[in-house]
Amino acid sequence: MAAAPANNNWLGDPKLRAIAWQALALVALGACAWFLVGTILENLAQRSVATGFGFLSRSASFAIGETVIPYSAADSYGKALLVGVLNTLKVTVIAITSATLLGILIGIARLSRNWLVAKLAAVYVESVRNVPLLLQLFLWYAMITESLPGPRQAFHPLPGVFLSNRGLMVPGLADHPVWLAVTAALILAIALGLWRGRRTAAILIPALPLGVWLGFGAPLAFSLPELQGFNFRGGITFSPELSSLLIGLAIYAASYIAEIVRGGILAVDRGQVEAGLSLGLSRSDVLRLIVLPQALRVIVPPLAGEYHKLTKNTSLAVAIGYPDVVSVLNTMVNQTGQAIEGMALIMMVFLAISTGISLFTNWYNRRVALVER
Amino acid sequence: MDLWGRRLQERLERTMRRLIPTAAFGLALTFALMAGPAEAGAVFNAVKARGFIQCGVNVGLAGFSAPNARGTWSGLDVDYCRAVAAAMFGDATKVKFVPLSAQQRFSALQSGEVDLLSRNTTWTLTRDTANGFHFAPITFFDGQAFMVAKKSGIKSAAELNGATICAQTGTTTELNLADYFRSHGLSYQPVIVEALAEMNAIFFAGRCDAVTSDASQLASIRAADASNPDDYIILPERISKEPFAPAVRHGDDQWFELVKWTIFATIDAEELGISSKTVTDFLKSSNPSIQRLLGEMPGFGAALGVDEKWAYAVIKQVGNYGEIFDRNVGAGSRLKLERGLNALWTAGGLQYSPPLR
Repeated sequence: MAAAPANNNWLGDPKLRAIAWQALALVALGACAWFLVGTILENLAQRSVATGFGFLSRSASFAIGETVIPYSAADSYGKALLVGVLNTLKVTVIAITSATLLGILIGIARLSRNWLVAKLAAVYVESVRNVPLLLQLFLWYAMITESLPGPRQAFHPLPGVFLSNRGLMVPGLADHPVWLAVTAALILAIALGLWRGRRTAAILIPALPLGVWLGFGAPLAFSLPELQGFNFRGGITFSPELSSLLIGLAIYAASYIAEIVRGGILAVDRGQVEAGLSLGLSRSDVLRLIVLPQALRVIVPPLAGEYHKLTKNTSLAVAIGYPDVVSVLNTMVNQTGQAIEGMALIMMVFLAISTGISLFTNWYNRRVALVER
Repeated sequence: MDLWGRRLQERLERTMRRLIPTAAFGLALTFALMAGPAEAGAVFNAVKARGFIQCGVNVGLAGFSAPNARGTWSGLDVDYCRAVAAAMFGDATKVKFVPLSAQQRFSALQSGEVDLLSRNTTWTLTRDTANGFHFAPITFFDGQAFMVAKKSGIKSAAELNGATICAQTGTTTELNLADYFRSHGLSYQPVIVEALAEMNAIFFAGRCDAVTSDASQLASIRAADASNPDDYIILPERISKEPFAPAVRHGDDQWFELVKWTIFATIDAEELGISSKTVTDFLKSSNPSIQRLLGEMPGFGAALGVDEKWAYAVIKQVGNYGEIFDRNVGAGSRLKLERGLNALWTAGGLQYSPPLR
């Protein structure tokens, strides 16, 4: 009795036992991973396939159609990868923003008491959700390239705006110091607004940049697209590839977001609306002050999932020729033959973007969540 | 045994019962993963034991590798798969064709999914070394070119400054394109798509001013996809050397030698004037070169590890180089390509076989 197994009965202690099992499982998992990677490396070495990421510093020697930062074929594979990542981010950000706005609009429209509006929204959701995204992308791309005229016969609806099968060309900002100053003024105004509050912001954010621009003598430093040789030069170009990808992704994701928004609004108890109305609030005030804040708690978690899906769907760009990170890495893999490294890089890029979205949506979710005091 | 000891024993037994199936699965997985890489002679022996060749070909490129309406593959690359099967088994039908995209092809060969890659693949230093391949003799000398609409009035690649150019991803095309424009100080805008069909569609819709690929492929696209092939011209410049050759992976020299000499045998046969129709008559020839090729003078089949009649089977069932070229890409085909560099060395071309002796 006195020799109760106090020091050798750790197997009897559920807490210690749990830790022991978990440690064992971790070791087994680690051993499996080590074995897998080891076998792959050994096999690659035996087949004289080069491994490692050294190729990233070599010259890429291929051009990329659309770039956010200056890039030429003489730059390194690493820079080409960065260009691809930025192109993916560009599409992701624009598509998420427009899909969210469109989705909220359609979701609310589907709940409208106006029969036509509600039915049109329902038709939109059902038809868009039930066709594979890749087909929709092909459709938009074919519509743009097949139906629009060549650059010489481009539609010219407004001065400086051209629409052709080379894309939508709009005026852009020219390379002029005034724009740098205006941007600085805008950032300063936002900072001051954050510090002094909403009222200051409402005055400063438009006034300060405008004042700086006027101070420079209000220069019209714009760059207009002009037909030169084969194509337009100057201005901002939305290529057919980028446009069809953005339209396709936004319209597709919006149909899901609309349903999430509708579900979120319907999840708010009817009594809340009735209570608001009986207090004398207008319908729009009830929606804005009572329904939406409560609906957001239901909406945000599935919305985060929708953003993840959209991000990953940007990789379909490769089918319609938009140079996203997958397209760039495909070319890299083919030129260097290092498929495993290429795939690992694609996975890391998407993992990083998705994790970023998760962090943001989790933070926002905590903000809108019901705080119990 | 005290209470605690009994409980422990029961618990252990329960755990073991739960763990055994898991452990068995893990063990099976481990063995599956331990299947190691190929060893010398392994591919040759594996193919022989299997009874057919797994041959990686293009998913669809008229003249080189394309399935017809009945699902039979035809083309120059396809014929070389059949030729190797004829040399190995005496039967050109012992091939399983594995259609591969430009990106899939290398991993398919590296991983052993195919034994032979005969898929209009350019022989380069990187592919020879870093990718771990051996290239057999060149079966088609090609070069990258541009195709434009005739009505554009462009006559030379030098006039393409500022043009939008369509190309397919997953090839050396992009590299050659960038090199050409860089070395000539010209600018261009690439539109790179993944699928060949999509590239053709957007080029013919006018998305690009020019499309670039190997001249043979451009001829194939023009013949098969243009609404009126005469509306398009292939510019005269060849901006790269694209020698197409079948490839095998490192590690089995015997297999490599068989592929190599099968191709040489077709070139040798054309040089000696032996075709699929006349090969049987040549069996009685007194020319020692012909006797060696057709196995009448034994020893060469044994050296390769196959039947002495290996080359006879290749020529009889598939044909000599000239026949293969003509019916797939040459005068007897829709592509109507000239022999050009692919003529025999005796006719001013580059096709040349080392002596078969």
